[in-house]
Amino acid sequence: MALIELDGVTTIFGRRPRRALDAVRGGAGKAALLAEWGHTLALDEVSLAIEAGQVFVLMGLSGSGKSTLVRHVNRLVEPTAGHVRVDGVDVLALDRAGLGAFRRRMVAMVFQHFGLLPHRPVIENVAYGLAIRGERRAAREAKAAEWIARVGLAGYERHYPAALSGGMQQRVGLARALAVETPILLMDEPFSALDPLTRAELQDLLADLQRDHGRTIVFVTHDLDEATRLGDRIAILRDGVVVQEGTPADILERPADDHVRAFVGAIHRPRRAGRDAARPAGQSPSRPLASPSAG
Amino acid sequence: MNAAVDYLVVSHGDAFQAFADSLLVVLVWIERGLRGAPPAVVLLAVALLALLAGRSLRLAAAMAAVAWLVGALGLWDQAMQTIAIILVSVGIAVVTGLPLGVLSARYRPVRAVVVPFLDLMQTIPSFVYLIPAAMLFGLGKVPAILATVVYATPPLVRLTDLGIRQVDGAVAEAARAFGATRGQVLRGVELPLALPSIMQGLNQTTMMALSMVVIASMIGARGVGETVLLGLQRGDPGEGFVGGLAIVLLAIAFDRITQAYGQRLQARRGLSG
Ligand SMILES: Nc1ncnc2c1ncn2[C@@H]1O[C@H](COP(=O)(O)OP(=O)(O)O)[C@@H](O)[C@H]1O
Ligand SMILES: [Mg+2]
Repeated sequence: MALIELDGVTTIFGRRPRRALDAVRGGAGKAALLAEWGHTLALDEVSLAIEAGQVFVLMGLSGSGKSTLVRHVNRLVEPTAGHVRVDGVDVLALDRAGLGAFRRRMVAMVFQHFGLLPHRPVIENVAYGLAIRGERRAAREAKAAEWIARVGLAGYERHYPAALSGGMQQRVGLARALAVETPILLMDEPFSALDPLTRAELQDLLADLQRDHGRTIVFVTHDLDEATRLGDRIAILRDGVVVQEGTPADILERPADDHVRAFVGAIHRPRRAGRDAARPAGQSPSRPLASPSAG
Repeated sequence: MNAAVDYLVVSHGDAFQAFADSLLVVLVWIERGLRGAPPAVVLLAVALLALLAGRSLRLAAAMAAVAWLVGALGLWDQAMQTIAIILVSVGIAVVTGLPLGVLSARYRPVRAVVVPFLDLMQTIPSFVYLIPAAMLFGLGKVPAILATVVYATPPLVRLTDLGIRQVDGAVAEAARAFGATRGQVLRGVELPLALPSIMQGLNQTTMMALSMVVIASMIGARGVGETVLLGLQRGDPGEGFVGGLAIVLLAIAFDRITQAYGQRLQARRGLSG
């Protein structure tokens, strides 16, 4: 049995998601639902199985439902229909206390915009998850200090987040998520807000950490380089539907449809004059260094 | 309306009396402490408070000088009475306004009720509720405090509500993702991040409480407001002016100290986050 299982997950945002669901079951797609109901079909019958120890990458254009999907694992978002099981537990059946305990013990998360506590120094940010669990200050700060060193921030314990660069802030975010030593790590575009060099550094750091610790990671990105570099498996989302799921080699060599082929094209022909035609509209360049800046 | 007030006076008079008595105990206790202490000790306390709030010796010295000036006007005793009333009023405003602000930030229906109610509290002339308050509690300090609370609490509620709603959703989400309970999110994220806004509310509340002291003295509160009122009644502009000056000096002291604290809070965060 897979560690994380999503089964027929459909998620609709709007005032009356349950009624909109009937329309979806009657055949309405994302565009029709938005036009006729003013509701957003964020995920449409998504089923995935993620094995323990894998780095599972979710890819797709902006708005395709990646953030929504990853938030189902720790129930920051609840589906309109479907099931979510983690380690055999029906996550949607947990009561408030059970959900709190589940989040504290099973899943940690890293965010695109870091989500650090601006009023607390680095050490307290990294120790945050441990504090939430009620660990004593001395114990949690000792652990936090180890993780701060592990992500290369030794000496910055008493600095406030605002005094750090984006890359350093995300190292804090990473240390905070690792310090709780949960089996599952959710990462929602953790490196997208960083410049290319910093991004590469942090990808290396994550790869190192993963080699040592072997967590189950659900990693969201819209960058195919990053996906093939870090992922054991990749799922590609389009308009809330998983259009292909497989190993990086599967995706690169046997794209399931034109949409996936367009992604692959973007990485294989990044420097050709015609590259913009090969890249889906709205997709940011997968190799920012090689691309002229916007405008 | 009259019948309702009569009914309250007759049937719940005891309850109001008990409430008034306990309020009075606190007030008298603070007042006695302030008036009984040697002025030098009070000046030192003011300086220390300013130092803690702003971490600036200059501010501390300036605030002690302002407090000394009040004494030099010959209104030391009255000023201590006024400060006691302000402290109790602001205390009640915090105890009621802060939770109300939190609730209205969290629950939309609560806000839908609270906001128009606050508008009402700030716009109806104080005398409209001073009269029934005086009927319920008699003339004196208690109705004066209640009138002050009614008038001064709204900004604290508004700015607590605003401050919490403006908290970066990503930070609160991160806290929830790590399994924080609602209370932990409130205490660890929402209140601290809203604190600069809450401090601004507290500052405004204090200023508004001070602006009520003359009206409060009309229903029997002692203090610098009384001095202004006497000046008014006797047609003695000099006395009225001195009393007004003392109120301004107190306002400056409260304002500078709370502002300094708020600014230091913001500076530490660098405000870029
Ligand atoms: N809280 C929300 N309320 C309404 N619509 C939302 C909400 N969150 C996401 N959406 C919509 O759901 C769709 C998927 O969004 P998201 O999961 O954030 O995509 P991605 O992370 O792939 O960019 C988008 O159309 C987005 O506008
Ligand atoms: Mg997203």
